[in-house]
Amino acid sequence: MADQGPSGLTSSRRDFLVKLAQGAAIAGTGGLLWGYMLRNEARAAPYALRPPGALAENDFNAACIKCGQCVIDCPPLILKLEPAGGALPIGMPFFEPRTGACIMCPDIPCMKACPTGALSPKLKRIEDARMGLAVIDIENCLSYKGLRCEICHRECPIKGKAITLETHPRQTSRHAMFIPLVHSDACTGCGICEKACPTDIAAIRILPHKLVQGRIGEHYRLGWTFDTEITKDFKPAEALPAAAPDAPVPKTAPGMDYLNEGGI
Amino acid sequence: MGLSRRDFLKNSVAGATAATVGIPLSKQAEAAVKAGESGWQWDKSVCRFCGTGCGIMVATKGGRIVATKGDPDAPVNKGLNCIKGYFNGKINYGKDRLTQPLLRMTDGKFDKKGKFVPVSWEQAIDIMEEKMRWAMKEKGPHGISIFGSGQYTIHEGYAAAKLMKAGFRSNNIDPNARHCMASAVVAFMQTFGIDEPQGNYDDIEHTDTAVLWGANMAEMHPILWSRITDRRLTHSKMKVVNLSVYGNMSSDIADLEIIFAPSGDLAIQNYIAREIVKRDAIDHDFVKKHTVFATGPYDIGYGFRPKDAEKYHSAAEMEIVKNEKVRVLDKWEAIAQRKKEGEVVEQKSTGSAMKDWAISFEDFKAGLEPYTLDFVAEVAKGDPDESMADFKAKLQQLADLYCDKGRKVVSYWTMGFNQHQRGSWVNEQAYMNHLLTGRQCKPGNGAFSLTGQPSACGTAREVGTFAHRLPSDMVVMNPKHRAISEKLWKLPAKTINPQMGSHFVKIMRDLEDGNILFSWTQVNNPWQNTANVNHWIKGAREMNNFIVVADAYPGVSAKVADLILPAAMINEKWGAYGNAERRTQVWRQQILPPGQARGDLWMTLELSKRFKLKDVWGEQKIPGLKADGFEDGKLPSVLDEAVKMGYTPESTLYDVLFATPENKKYKWPDNAVASGHGNHIADLLKDGWFPEKALFEEYRQFGNGKAHDLAPFDVYHGARVRGLKWPVVEKDGKWVETQWRNNEEYDPYVKKGSGFDFYGNNGQKMMTGDLDKNSGPDKTVDISGKAKIYFRPYASPVEKPDANYDLWLCTGRVLEHWHSGTMTRRVPELHRAVPNAVCWIHPKDAEAKGLKRNDLVWIESRRGKVKVRLETGGRNRMPRGMVYVPWFDEGVLINKVTLDTTCPLSKETDYKKCSVKIYKA
Repeated sequence: MADQGPSGLTSSRRDFLVKLAQGAAIAGTGGLLWGYMLRNEARAAPYALRPPGALAENDFNAACIKCGQCVIDCPPLILKLEPAGGALPIGMPFFEPRTGACIMCPDIPCMKACPTGALSPKLKRIEDARMGLAVIDIENCLSYKGLRCEICHRECPIKGKAITLETHPRQTSRHAMFIPLVHSDACTGCGICEKACPTDIAAIRILPHKLVQGRIGEHYRLGWTFDTEITKDFKPAEALPAAAPDAPVPKTAPGMDYLNEGGI
Repeated sequence: MGLSRRDFLKNSVAGATAATVGIPLSKQAEAAVKAGESGWQWDKSVCRFCGTGCGIMVATKGGRIVATKGDPDAPVNKGLNCIKGYFNGKINYGKDRLTQPLLRMTDGKFDKKGKFVPVSWEQAIDIMEEKMRWAMKEKGPHGISIFGSGQYTIHEGYAAAKLMKAGFRSNNIDPNARHCMASAVVAFMQTFGIDEPQGNYDDIEHTDTAVLWGANMAEMHPILWSRITDRRLTHSKMKVVNLSVYGNMSSDIADLEIIFAPSGDLAIQNYIAREIVKRDAIDHDFVKKHTVFATGPYDIGYGFRPKDAEKYHSAAEMEIVKNEKVRVLDKWEAIAQRKKEGEVVEQKSTGSAMKDWAISFEDFKAGLEPYTLDFVAEVAKGDPDESMADFKAKLQQLADLYCDKGRKVVSYWTMGFNQHQRGSWVNEQAYMNHLLTGRQCKPGNGAFSLTGQPSACGTAREVGTFAHRLPSDMVVMNPKHRAISEKLWKLPAKTINPQMGSHFVKIMRDLEDGNILFSWTQVNNPWQNTANVNHWIKGAREMNNFIVVADAYPGVSAKVADLILPAAMINEKWGAYGNAERRTQVWRQQILPPGQARGDLWMTLELSKRFKLKDVWGEQKIPGLKADGFEDGKLPSVLDEAVKMGYTPESTLYDVLFATPENKKYKWPDNAVASGHGNHIADLLKDGWFPEKALFEEYRQFGNGKAHDLAPFDVYHGARVRGLKWPVVEKDGKWVETQWRNNEEYDPYVKKGSGFDFYGNNGQKMMTGDLDKNSGPDKTVDISGKAKIYFRPYASPVEKPDANYDLWLCTGRVLEHWHSGTMTRRVPELHRAVPNAVCWIHPKDAEAKGLKRNDLVWIESRRGKVKVRLETGGRNRMPRGMVYVPWFDEGVLINKVTLDTTCPLSKETDYKKCSVKIYKA
């Protein structure tokens, strides 16, 4: 029984699943093309969610040897290897939260099983994993409509940090709205929320960060989100040089091309 | 609550957008950002753009602006910015920033037909001096002119106005604020005798009703709009009404959207007044104690060229311009003015449009009588697809709000009222309804004129950079005001020219007809912002004159110039702006201007060194001058008097007007206030004074004790001060701002026990009369302490759509771009978001012309045409029969199409209505 994971599968059954994916690909293409296929399909894999500790996509593609060890050691058996002909690169591990969310094992067995470091041993705490980021479809989220759902918030393993609730007056009646908010500084992308979401098609999904996260300009700071120390003495950072004295007159200057082109 | 500031702030981040992805920075990224901020130094500054006047913080390092943020301590915006304000840190760094003076030359010499070639500052100022001397020799002091700005710093505007009025004795300085605020000013001066709003932005948090009259605040005053929206969301009684000639984003939270026909606002206001009277919603006590009823002439023309119009206008243009002389009344106008349809009315009062006289309440009531719901609905309904019954119901709801005595109301307006052929009248009508119901100068109650530009109030109006103004609401035509100014400026009597100068549009006309030979543009873009611009481009390029344009970037005006001066931008110089709620705000120089670019103040001061008293204070010819104490057509020599005052004919204007012994007491460097910040202007002048501080302290003297008081320069620069609303008076050693003027509870100038006191009219006398005429100057009433409630009638637009030009054209702005786009179009992100102007049109209008969205079309008027792409969706919802084009895009130079009609009182152009046709390009 020691071999048996929480989902009740034996290790031989796990091996079979892994080999099925690999074998199908080899059978279908011939061994020589295996690497070529991987490279091509890796390019088309922006939506794949990787196990905890996975390196950034390009590094991960290079480091993962498609051995399937992580899949074998995943206690809930949610990790899969993509078979040939799928949308994702063949033979590499991924998970789909709606059917199998990561249960955030504290000892991170999948990562420990990885022989190459594609799932990086630098990940010490499962809470620091960043598999993806929960994104809410606010048009179809029941909480955004004022229904008292908020299942995602309650089910979230890092409730109160990764997903918080904000309350707003509903305006059309004397009720409040409980609006779930996802915080990227805590969300691991485990997908429990997506799995738990009660709508027919999940209104909260896990997506890779780079598909969803924007970044505000370096030239601007929000005055109220985190402390960018406002210096109180208002001294300049350093004394400026004196104003430019009359300099030799250059032959050309900015703006001349436009100004001399004629026509308004 | 035990909530940390961090938690509080984080929780207060508003809903939807943030919610979808969460806070974008992870902890690690946050740490990296913080590490990258080492060595940054923050200082307070002001947003460069609109009249809202948001406070910002600017971070610099290595001589560059590295970041900005909304100032969390600024009362106006509490740390927020709109998307233009978000890019304050990038506007200084466009690739084609002008860094060198450029002069049109051929073979090393100035040539009006030559190409731009880099020159030194020395050469640039040489040629300016030469051309100014030539222009003044030919035409006298009114042969030169300055196009000034509502974006001038207070110091820049003050120096330019003083140089012109006290130095060159020319009143030909007029700001782009003429295009923007002049109608508001006329209404303030006529109604209250003192300029600028009595209330402030805190009215929003006190009121129950915000009525927008031609102010698309959602886009044009975005941060104020977020305050109004918050009030709408959190105060259950709050109602928002949006009156406009087309549907816009301000309608999105409005409880009531009223689409009216162009100029229909004049009729709607009178309908409301009639209802107030009929339903006895009048605050009788307030009206009796604090107001007087008044009216003025109707036959005032349309602000076209007063004479020889046919010499300059095409036959097509004359079809409209001829109304300046004679107007045939249409049906609506006839009813509204108690006349007959088809009556031919000679426009006799074009030169005396400002004349007014007191009337009785009975006369006032009689004037309102024609403005019944049926009549007003017929005149004013703007959307042909709306039923008359629906429109009437909306007008009634609007009147209900104004008539509800238990309701606080603020009326807001901007360009919809101001840029109006009867702009001064329609402003005055807003005060009419607020004064009738006693809703003025009280928290949450007031008619509030919003300002477009960042210092239209602080500089253009308060300093007085207009053709008729002196600082502190004084005017050149008034001998007492001239005497006060001459005393403060230490000028001989009769130095200041009593003849009003040319207003903005008239400067353009004077350039076109050769009466002005020299023009200097500072901090604005006249050849993009003036209506009917084909005339003015021709006037600049084909007449024998000299056009100087100081600008930071090459725009349309630079392109038509003869000499281009590279100007420093905000944060590259010391500055001060005054926003729409009378708040004066300041900043220090943070970085140096690039290359040879320099502050406009330096240019003004440097030029003043080139002229001596003997050049300008001798006898001068002023064609048309007629004033008591002056010989016709002449300014006397004041040189003898000047010598008695200790000047010599060899003294330069720099020494006499600017670097005076008093001003030189303000030393540079001044570390107490500079805290180590530089001052490139003081450095370049090299004579050890601090011009911005000295000029501000000199300027303050005009307003102190006159209800225009400002605090000392250093007070505004204090680390904790985020601007102060004037009058700022010293009390127990503290400088205290004024929240609501003319209200005894708040305003130290109000007579004790009066409750309300419109002291601006103290000592003023008014003629009396009835609705149609005055009884002459012999019979007057004293209106001290009182505001005027004007009856002003409906007047039809001078150009209306017809079979050939079948559509109304309204022009305006978009949130993403500031004015003519010279700054915001250099910010790549803003340019990417809104790269070009489009023409908004109703889909059915497009379809009827065989056109569709994205088609490139010609939009053509009697005056000109431009190509533009059609937009049938998006942010503006046009009624059938009207199109809208914003003017920021020089590639769609819509002012080639617009009509240069102005309000005859304010001389402010109406950019909101003319007729056009559209066809496939």
